[in-house]
Amino acid sequence: MSDDLILETRGLTKHYGGVHALENANFKLRRGEHIAIMGDNGAGKSTFVRQITGVETRTRGEIIFDGKPVHFEGPLEARQAGIETVFQTLALCDDLDVPDNLFLGREKTKFDWLGPFRILDYKAMREATMAGLERTAVKIPNIRGSIRNMSGGQRQCVAIARTATFHSKLTIMDEPTAALGVQETAQVENIVRTLKEAGEPLILVSHNMRQVMDLVDRIVVFRRGRIVADLAKEETDGQDVVAYITGAKTQPEFAEDGVL
Amino acid sequence: MADQTSHGIGGLTYDRKKRGWPNEANVFIALVAIILIFELLGQVLPYMNNQSMLFDFNEARDGTILNMARIKIVILQVAIIGIISLGVTQVIILGGIDLSSGPLVGAAAMIVMSFAQTELVNGQLNPKAVFGPWSFDLPVLAPILVGLAFGAMIGLINGSLIAFTGIPPFIATLGMFLICRGISQWWTKGQPVSFPSDQFAAIGSGMMPVVWFILLAIVLSLLMKYTVYGKHTYAIGSNEDAARMSGINVKGHKMMVYMIASMLAAFAAIVLSSKNLTAQAGMGQFYELYAIAMAVIGGVSLRGGRGSIVGTVLGAMVFGVIQSGFTFIKLDAFYQLMAMGSIIIGAVVLDQYRQRRATLR
Ligand SMILES: Nc1ncnc2c1ncn2[C@@H]1O[C@H](COP(=O)(O)OP(=O)(O)OP(=O)(O)O)[C@@H](O)[C@H]1O
Ligand SMILES: [Mg+2]
Repeated sequence: MSDDLILETRGLTKHYGGVHALENANFKLRRGEHIAIMGDNGAGKSTFVRQITGVETRTRGEIIFDGKPVHFEGPLEARQAGIETVFQTLALCDDLDVPDNLFLGREKTKFDWLGPFRILDYKAMREATMAGLERTAVKIPNIRGSIRNMSGGQRQCVAIARTATFHSKLTIMDEPTAALGVQETAQVENIVRTLKEAGEPLILVSHNMRQVMDLVDRIVVFRRGRIVADLAKEETDGQDVVAYITGAKTQPEFAEDGVL
Repeated sequence: MADQTSHGIGGLTYDRKKRGWPNEANVFIALVAIILIFELLGQVLPYMNNQSMLFDFNEARDGTILNMARIKIVILQVAIIGIISLGVTQVIILGGIDLSSGPLVGAAAMIVMSFAQTELVNGQLNPKAVFGPWSFDLPVLAPILVGLAFGAMIGLINGSLIAFTGIPPFIATLGMFLICRGISQWWTKGQPVSFPSDQFAAIGSGMMPVVWFILLAIVLSLLMKYTVYGKHTYAIGSNEDAARMSGINVKGHKMMVYMIASMLAAFAAIVLSSKNLTAQAGMGQFYELYAIAMAVIGGVSLRGGRGSIVGTVLGAMVFGVIQSGFTFIKLDAFYQLMAMGSIIIGAVVLDQYRQRRATLR
């Protein structure tokens, strides 16, 4: 049964002192599936992402990734295990150019016996970057300029292209289009579709109802730190989802059992 | 594929010619401007009698109109501190600072010279001998390896303090500054160490310091530009969190950068003590500051992530020309210090301004 699951959390909980930011989250993601996480500001969506990616240490609960319980010490371990994440706050190096950022920490190199002094294969990285960006139709005038001189949307696209360039077991994007214009948003959505075609599973945190309805298979709704609904896209619509987000509705299987 | 980078992707065009003017070009222009200013002063100042600083029109001795003697002095003057500034450059690009390099030169010179002594001076036993007879006329590799090992050790301590305790590089290397000064005075209780073997004396004789400086500058420049080591140094200086998230071993890399910086300072000590044929506890005074100044004048940003070895080499030339120019126009030493200080402050202010303009875009 659990064989087709790439990620499962059982009773995942995170308290910040007295703040119950995430409470008893039971979540399942199948291989190849795209899930959206929705919910109001402060509902605990980013907190959920941070527990999975090892940015923070969970208060309790289990995370089963690719069939095995995992305890990531940091985002690096999560990435090595195959989880690529675009965090709500960007992690790019301003002074480096696009290929450098894309390949940071996993550079293409020559003469690997030189250890830390191995030679960078700039040409191969540039070509892979061009190919990757062309595939995802991201528009960047000059990939060899430093990231500093790019617009917020372009930077966001670089961060997202980075996760899309490397085949990962799971991609997580936390509000990737929140700061983007119409065109950049369309580009990011294209990247998501590319991932879908490649059969790579995705968790997309988003406030954009149209986008969610366009892109994903299932919608999981968070409210005040709890999961309150798990909806297949075909069986729901925008109004229904909003009802769950605002608290007008709660699915019976997620009803609070009196303990808070 | 070759041409595509200039077209950009997604239909936007990009004019390759409008690519930003490299920072190093600005430093080069400043260098030329400063030379011209001193030439002008040589013509204008009444007590200078129309002398020229770098040109020699009257006697075409070596078939050139350049005053090669002065140019050699200018370059020789900056070569040894220049070697230190190469290491300091990568530390600053990493987002750190190294204040310990000057005293490290003093300490390393004392230690190195103790292993480089010759037995007989004018037929007499070496009057400055530090150790017993076993230490006389060792192969020249011995003092070099001892010096580099000492530098590596100091750099590793600097690097581990900064990487693992999280204390600011300023504090860690300031502590090491005092420790190294202490070591250099304790080593012989203040006595100078002299009379090296001929082999050792050859390392820094004549124009050799310049040869070392140029060689090491080429090596470091290639390292910073074309290797993973250099890329990660820029990445950490640019955004340490992003570097960590990208899987770079930030702590290990910091240790390596500080270690290489201190080894370069130790090598500068080898060259300097060889050139002077003696080591003294007070050697290397202000070198750490001059080395930082060369980098900063060369456009290396104190905020990390930006700058280059080429810039620092040009910065070193600017430094040398200014120093030599002050002597040329017979400016007293205390004015020289004041003027130098102002120039360094000016370079940092300029860098801040450039940074602000870059982020405003
Ligand atoms: N480090 C922290 N310390 C204390 N409380 C925190 C911390 N991080 C988050 N919280 C709290 O946890 C709750 C959930 O925050 P979270 O960032 O997960 O919300 P979110 O659903 O991602 O919201 P948004 O849509 O605005 O991004 C909020 O009430 C927030 O104030
Ligand atoms: Mg959030």
